[in-house]
Amino acid sequence: MIQQRETFLNNIAAALGREVNKTKKPERNWKHNPQAVTLTDLSQDELVQLFKAQCVNIHTDYVETTAAELKAELSNRVDMYGGGPISVWEDERFDTYGLGVLLREEWPQAGVEVNEWDIQKGADNIKFAEKANVGITFSDITLAESATVVLFSNGGQGRSVSLLPQTYIAIIPKSTLVPRMTQAAQAISKKVQREEAVPPCINFISGPSNSADIEMNLVVGVHGPVKATYIIVEDR
Amino acid sequence: MSIKISDGQFKDKVKENLQDDFMRGAVSSAQDRLRFRRLETAEELGNWEEWRSHGEEIRKHVLENLDYYLQELSENVQKLGGHVHFAQTAEDANRYIEDVVKKKEAKKIVKSKSMVTEEIGLNAVLEKAGCEVIETDLGEYILQLDEHDPPSHIVAPALHKNKEQIRKVFAEKINYTKSNDPTELARHARETLRSEFLTADIGITGCNFAIAESGSISLVTNEGNARLATTVPKTQITVMGMERIVPTFEEFEVLVSLLTRSAVGQKLTSYVTVLSGPRREGDADGPEEFHLVIVDNGRSKILGTEFQSVLQCIRCAACINVCPVYRHIGGHSYNSIYPGPIGAVLTPLLGGYDDFKELPYASTLCGACTEACPVKIPLHELLHKHRQVIVEKEGKAPISEGLMMKAFGIGAASNPLYTTGTKLATKVMKPFMKDKEFISKGPGPLKEWTAIREFPTLKNERFRDWYKNREGGDKK
Ligand code: SF4
Repeated sequence: MIQQRETFLNNIAAALGREVNKTKKPERNWKHNPQAVTLTDLSQDELVQLFKAQCVNIHTDYVETTAAELKAELSNRVDMYGGGPISVWEDERFDTYGLGVLLREEWPQAGVEVNEWDIQKGADNIKFAEKANVGITFSDITLAESATVVLFSNGGQGRSVSLLPQTYIAIIPKSTLVPRMTQAAQAISKKVQREEAVPPCINFISGPSNSADIEMNLVVGVHGPVKATYIIVEDR
Repeated sequence: MSIKISDGQFKDKVKENLQDDFMRGAVSSAQDRLRFRRLETAEELGNWEEWRSHGEEIRKHVLENLDYYLQELSENVQKLGGHVHFAQTAEDANRYIEDVVKKKEAKKIVKSKSMVTEEIGLNAVLEKAGCEVIETDLGEYILQLDEHDPPSHIVAPALHKNKEQIRKVFAEKINYTKSNDPTELARHARETLRSEFLTADIGITGCNFAIAESGSISLVTNEGNARLATTVPKTQITVMGMERIVPTFEEFEVLVSLLTRSAVGQKLTSYVTVLSGPRREGDADGPEEFHLVIVDNGRSKILGTEFQSVLQCIRCAACINVCPVYRHIGGHSYNSIYPGPIGAVLTPLLGGYDDFKELPYASTLCGACTEACPVKIPLHELLHKHRQVIVEKEGKAPISEGLMMKAFGIGAASNPLYTTGTKLATKVMKPFMKDKEFISKGPGPLKEWTAIREFPTLKNERFRDWYKNREGGDKK
């Protein structure tokens, strides 16, 4: 439902001294385009280096590994954070990277509770995530400049997983790395133009939550996770 | 709270605030830190001026085509299953939100930081309707617990409070027993607020930028509270000033890059969240119902006037962080939820000259604000324009500059903070100085200013010295 739009827009047009325009897409002839040349000349390896260096600034642990070692590394990080419960997305990439065994056999057998997001369980997923010690997701697009993981949340990729647990781990396939937000924005905008659905929630996440509201002192860990790790992995 | 934070007069407020030593120390160190971090991250981009120019042209384009983009936005929100309410006035916006709250029989509402809801005085309306309204941004939470102390900065609202004061408030109001260590304080707020998020009926947020092409709203935050407010409660209400919109994700990205650097000196904040409509089928979190309230509340009266460019503002506070007057008198002196240079320009436009005609005089017209603004709003020119309008209307200035500067001048002679501010001004003005001569071709307002009086280059004579000499002259 849209309410009171007519008078509102007419009022704006009147202030601008013209007829209201609701149908003719305005031309965007930008004179400046600085984002087109920002960090675009870096090689993939240089992007990895940039990403890694920025992790320090955002208080995020950085781990680089191979697909074969990923399972051991992930298990390691979870132990370092004090174990389960663990909340994860429903995501076929866990199987692609051979992590299914860990999620469904090794962890449960070791007594570590795991919840793979299950839409049938509805709000119970949120409750579980809220109690979880670790949340784990993949990154859909990764920004080197700001060390940011971009998460598309819908269906099995619940928003809560990267938000409610005490700590957060993002698994980052190397191929998802792009220079900066520019490339992510272009990709999403293209989706819109092709009339593909944009997910109801997109998060650009750069490290753990923080605040400087008390005497400008940085506090890492406020409402979201208090610690974060990025595991960057060779593609499979 | 509405735009005005108390009944006091500007002059009295200045006096009151000048006596607050902690506040003044906090303000100046915050300014220094934020200014430094902004410059550092801006520099890293390499071509900051290009970015600013692009930011400016995007914001100008949006204002010129605001009707089209609001039409596009609202159509797209509706397609996604959301509701859009266009509110001409604060009362209208509040009425609509109160209606939604009543229909949902909501008891508890969590809010993430939003200047526009402060501006329209939403909390008071909802509290009167019997709701518990909880501010969840750490700074705003502190202020709310402390008997609704007003914000003194648009990005760091509790800047004027020290950690011991905060500890006392927490001890008194939320059973806090630990030290005044900021991390311990923040962790306690985390725990207390977590249970509020989980039991809230409605989440209310502001909006940094709406994206017309996809019907999205966005939230640029560090703490994660805006994400919580839009993940757990069943209903989400987002309130946005009508000008806070961009055409597509591509312009969105540019403005976010400018905003995070200018506001907090970060390449990106911890969370930039883009939300498009309510949850979809198969989603287990996110709101079931989504309402977008688009607020005019005096903004359209600014469109089409010589003050239009103030609507380019992206609320980053960079202008506040470099202002020597803000540094000296603090945020509360402005008596507006929008302090500093942006507040001195915007508040009289939204709140009227009757209550705020002194604000355009709370400036040395040094131009540091204009230089800092990521979307190139000519703030000091607009301040000067205000003065012209006021003098034309009233036949005289509402507050003599003498009185104003005397108020600022308390301790100024021995106050190194004030000198820093004017030192910065010297740098800003450099391009306009011809061999240490008087400024003859300053940017707009200086030009006009020089037309009516001599304005010596700050390099040779600091403003306060110049003023002191003038003051002496006035007394004759
Ligand atoms: S006027 Fe410019 S510098 Fe000041 S808050 Fe607005 S965008 Fe930022």
